Amino acid sequence: MNVLESASLNSNAIYPLELEVNGERRWLWVRAAETLLHTLRDHLGLTGCKPGCENGDCGACTVILNGLPMKSCLMLAVEADGQRITTIEGLKHSPVQEQFVLKQAFQCGYCTSGFIMNGHGLLSAHPDADPETIRLWLESNICRCTSYEEIHGAIMAALAVNKEGGSATGSS
Amino acid sequence: MIPFDFEYYRPSSVKEAADAYQALQAQGKQPMYWSGGTEIITMARLNEDRPGAVVDLKAIPECNVIEFRENDLIIGGCVTLSAVTGSNFFPLLGRAAQGVADQTSRNKITLGGNLCGRIYYREAVLPLLVADSRLVIAGKGGVREAAIHEVFRGQIRLEPGEFLLQTVTDREFVSLPSVHVKKRQIGNVGYPLVTLVAVKKGSRIRAAFSGICGFPFRSASIEQVLNTPGLSAEERARQAAGRLPAPPLTNTEGTADYRLFLFKQTIKDAIHALEGR
Ligand SMILES: Cc1cc2nc3c(=O)[nH]c(=O)nc-3n(C[C@H](O)[C@H](O)[C@H](O)COP(=O)(O)OP(=O)(O)OC[C@H]3O[C@@H](n4cnc5c(N)ncnc54)[C@H](O)[C@@H]3O)c2cc1C
Ligand code: FES
Ligand code: FES
Repeated sequence: MNVLESASLNSNAIYPLELEVNGERRWLWVRAAETLLHTLRDHLGLTGCKPGCENGDCGACTVILNGLPMKSCLMLAVEADGQRITTIEGLKHSPVQEQFVLKQAFQCGYCTSGFIMNGHGLLSAHPDADPETIRLWLESNICRCTSYEEIHGAIMAALAVNKEGGSATGSS
Repeated sequence: MIPFDFEYYRPSSVKEAADAYQALQAQGKQPMYWSGGTEIITMARLNEDRPGAVVDLKAIPECNVIEFRENDLIIGGCVTLSAVTGSNFFPLLGRAAQGVADQTSRNKITLGGNLCGRIYYREAVLPLLVADSRLVIAGKGGVREAAIHEVFRGQIRLEPGEFLLQTVTDREFVSLPSVHVKKRQIGNVGYPLVTLVAVKKGSRIRAAFSGICGFPFRSASIEQVLNTPGLSAEERARQAAGRLPAPPLTNTEGTADYRLFLFKQTIKDAIHALEGR
């Protein structure tokens, strides 16, 4: 963005934005001060990412940005301009999602999409993740219903399926 | 949700960033530099930061480098903490960075933001303090380099309109024998009660701390005690506790007494690790 151009263009603090979300190109205008979490939910109708703490602590808002998990409450939508985003809506029948169902790795389900996004990111980045890496990654999310045991089991199962030759990341 | 509006600029060069900041300042917009933005978002939500404009440094190429140039390790201010750890160029810095927040948040929190932030732990600075790193600072007058000890005293002290472009660390420091210990109230994620980083250069221990006082520090007086021949680890830890640069902190993480106890314990652990006794 050219500073001088943008200085004259954007003094009302509303910006044009182009995102690739779940494989689709989307164009919209957003307030600079709006977090990606609210843009995804309120403008694009992708309500799978959940507002929890909105403070970076709980991970309920996690999406995948260019292959890495990202807390969408800690990012402005304008920072994501031109980037590739996957939300839970884009992970239908992905291996981690399926293992969450099989292992019943949820109770109320509020944290679930965030955990699945994080688990999916883990499988993509570290298909051979060791226990220490799994611990480090899973610490980013909180489950108030304390389904940790089952969540851990679901991630381990997805990793195992992946090693046996299944596709870790599904079609997305 | 952030309850007010601000303008957003993403310059692609150092000069554009400094010029934009200056122009916005002259317009009374109280601009802030933006790296990861996680702290500004958090503070703005609480109305504690109220910038009229932000200048995002992430599109400036120099802010994103992480590489050795001859004898120097250069790390740009916008390099994320997870990238610092992932590179493994400076393992001690990688461990200190990995102690901050959680894995996903570290995909957004930057080295520059951790050093320049208001949240006073700033743990990633500790390895840079013991390594006598230099800071590359940019502003309207151009780019300057300064010893970290000149610019970072408890917190970063920049001139108005300046920003941290890069850190520079001599290669000899990245592979010294080192210790990183972080004590938290509970679990593996959370602010520190005490964080200690120490290296052994030649026969001397260098150490820096966060969490024990309301700012991170390295202290010549404490290092003098740590390197006094003939004193037991216990005695060195006891004397170090008497030489803190400020009273120990009491907050929701823990009391001053508990922090002092942990401070002495971590010093003993570091001495054992570095001296083998
Ligand atoms: C969930 C969570 C947990 C945390 N836990 C810890 C912890 O355990 N230990 C710890 O030390 N910290 C912790 N923090 C604090 C975090 O390290 C700081 O808030 C840090 O400032 C965030 O970095 P950022 O890149 O997002 O900063 P930003 O929000 O971009 O900036 C923070 C401040 O620094 C200024 N700034 C940023 N970059 C520059 C630059 N290059 N030059 C000049 N000024 C600049 C900004 O203007 C702003 O005032 C935690 C934060 C979160 C969100
Ligand atoms: S809502 Fe984003 S981390 Fe809690
Ligand atoms: S299942 Fe309820 S918060 Fe995790």
